[in-house]
Amino acid sequence: MARKLLLEHINVPGINTFDVYRSKGGYAAVEKALKTLTPDEVVEEVKKSGLRGRGGAGFPTGMKWSFLAKPEGVARYLVCNADESEPGTFKDRYLMTYLPHLLIEGMIVASFALGAKTSYIYVRGEMMPQIRILEKAIAEAKAKGFLGKNILGTGYDLELYVQPGGGAYICGEETALLESLEGKRGNPRIKPPFPAIAGLYGCPTVVNNVESIAAVVPIINEGGDEYAKLGIGRSTGTKLISAGGNLRKPGVYEIDLGLPVEEFLYSDEYCGGIANGKRLKAVVAGGSSVPILPANLFLKTINNEPRLMSYESLADGGFVSGTMMGSGGFIAYDEDQCIVRNTWNFARFYHHESCGQCSPCREGTGWMEKVLHRLEYGHGKMSDMDLLVDVSKKIEGNTICPLGDAAAWPVASAIRHFRDEFEWHVTNPSAAVSGNFGIAHYADPLPKLEEAAS
Amino acid sequence: MKVTIDGFPIEVEAGTTILNAARMIGGDIVPPAMCYYSKLEGTGGKCRTCLVQVTKGSEKDPRPMPKLVASCRTTVMDGMEVKNITSPEVIEARKGVVEMLLINHPLDCPVCDQAGECHLQDLGYEHGAAKTRYEFDRRTFEKIDIGDKIQLHMTRCILCYRCVFVADQITDHRIHGILNRGDHSEISTYIQKAVDNDFSGNVIDVCPVGALTDKTFRFKNRVWFTKPVEAHRECENPKCCGKVTLWYKGEDVIRVTARKDEYGEAEEFICNTCRFDKKKTSDWVIEGPRKVSHKSVISSNHYDTLHPLPVVKTNPVLIEANKEQFERETRL
Repeated sequence: MARKLLLEHINVPGINTFDVYRSKGGYAAVEKALKTLTPDEVVEEVKKSGLRGRGGAGFPTGMKWSFLAKPEGVARYLVCNADESEPGTFKDRYLMTYLPHLLIEGMIVASFALGAKTSYIYVRGEMMPQIRILEKAIAEAKAKGFLGKNILGTGYDLELYVQPGGGAYICGEETALLESLEGKRGNPRIKPPFPAIAGLYGCPTVVNNVESIAAVVPIINEGGDEYAKLGIGRSTGTKLISAGGNLRKPGVYEIDLGLPVEEFLYSDEYCGGIANGKRLKAVVAGGSSVPILPANLFLKTINNEPRLMSYESLADGGFVSGTMMGSGGFIAYDEDQCIVRNTWNFARFYHHESCGQCSPCREGTGWMEKVLHRLEYGHGKMSDMDLLVDVSKKIEGNTICPLGDAAAWPVASAIRHFRDEFEWHVTNPSAAVSGNFGIAHYADPLPKLEEAAS
Repeated sequence: MKVTIDGFPIEVEAGTTILNAARMIGGDIVPPAMCYYSKLEGTGGKCRTCLVQVTKGSEKDPRPMPKLVASCRTTVMDGMEVKNITSPEVIEARKGVVEMLLINHPLDCPVCDQAGECHLQDLGYEHGAAKTRYEFDRRTFEKIDIGDKIQLHMTRCILCYRCVFVADQITDHRIHGILNRGDHSEISTYIQKAVDNDFSGNVIDVCPVGALTDKTFRFKNRVWFTKPVEAHRECENPKCCGKVTLWYKGEDVIRVTARKDEYGEAEEFICNTCRFDKKKTSDWVIEGPRKVSHKSVISSNHYDTLHPLPVVKTNPVLIEANKEQFERETRL
């Protein structure tokens, strides 16, 4: 059983209260950082740990912190992005529900490292219970002197606020989040300038995911070097995976990065295999916006090496035969799931959530959704697949924010890997409405590379 | 700072955007812009028609930029090399953007007052495909009335946000804005209030398409049948420059607009009194005919473009060739 860093005390009754959390060694990182380290040393520890942003992009957190502009006399802000709304991802909500103090502790240490006197946790509006939990936890921490003026007598002041968002997916994009936090319409800003130069209210700002901030706590407690020993290669530490779909044991799991995919999927310690004794057809490895992969390509890379749960291994093969770690929203599909319907569902989501600011995404997402709807309900044409690929290419890379890419990738990858199933929907429209294509060859072992080439 | 666009080098000041550097060079290499407006702060970056490829970031960091960038919002670096019309990727992407802009556009140009001076029309003509691949119903909106001076056609809107910036920066308060999200976002006013402000008429001038048109000019005439004349008057409004273009039909002034430059941008903004109320020749001091680009359809009735060039007048071979061409074209 691998060591847990974040979820170590998750099963302790009352861990969501300050006293129990404190008795389990909580807030030690705050004491250590504020009393024995300088802000630069904290940043250095995080850099050494190799922690990569857990929100999806995987950008090294320590690097992000060191890019923060530090002009004299200008306030700096830390904003925690708790607007988790990627379909298939629910790890941040889990963390905030059961371990609110872990997030607050991480916020204090991170704010100290960045020199922020005011920090915000931007929570998605639908997560009202979590907002209440966090506010209660903040009040507790404040009463014990871990927040507010002169924390632990070190002379460091920090105010922490929870801000409910309006519940838009786009507000998970960092600049749209900042706009929303400022009270404006949640449209992504045009970059540059990046938030590290001009973010919230035009001041230098760092926006981090909930899990990235929580991971700062074990990094400070144990040291960056210790943390970096976990994991594999440049994917260090542990990661929360929200496993969902047709699994026997769905839920939030903390894994060491580098765990073989097969072990994660089939071992009883984690997902326990596919529910109801069915077979695996496809996997979305990191939330709805990453490319979907058929079972055979997911378990083995194109070079027939076993795939690992790490940033590099999941991305092995690029967009042709790989996927991405994303935010860790792991969705498994069994043999009875329809990929066309799933792709349509994702496209419908992105159509609904596009902010409408830039034209390719505003118009293209709606177009893709309509074509996929037509395919799913048996009115499709053979030319629709090429049309979809072409539209997705015209969106990808041409938009202000990554939502355009996120909308384009699942559609393009589904057609790349599951073209047979899309064609079957066109050639057998009545069967496609009532039944489904089944697993076909998607779980067959991969052919040897030489054979495939010949 | 030195920047090279499609092989044309130019020296510009730091902080200039690629688009403005290209406009300094001029000609075919200027990327089209639907949402950027040089007189309004913060515009641009939304329509994505001005995408260009940066093949060399700068002298210091020669790496190319990974994605196409919006030239209206990307500032130049020393030694930057940009490809616009010489890059097949850019042409392809721009074609895609134009297609996206057109799929939900009603294409009601035959009854649209903007026809002839519409940027989307030009863009569609230049980059669009003759046939659409979109086989679904086009988006429609419920009609709303935003006052007696300005006509809103939401179906024609491309959501460039220019009119929102005008209301923020030119008028003293804004009561219209973007409602909703995604492809059902629309321009609307605060609970059906009329847009009524001394400078609100400028939203008509900045609108690149026919979404906001002049109600006093509505269905009066096609722009290419009118004669633009430059004129000015002493405007009582201190913020108004009083310099306008009058659009004549015969003896009558049927429309007043701000003077627009070659990129369709108003040189200076004018007030509503000048625009809507002063429609008599006696109100104005006439300066002379407005020069219109020979590429514009508006110039089609300005017969001076048909005069032979001076060099033709003296060269007998060219006179003959010119005659032949004239006959060929009139036959068609």
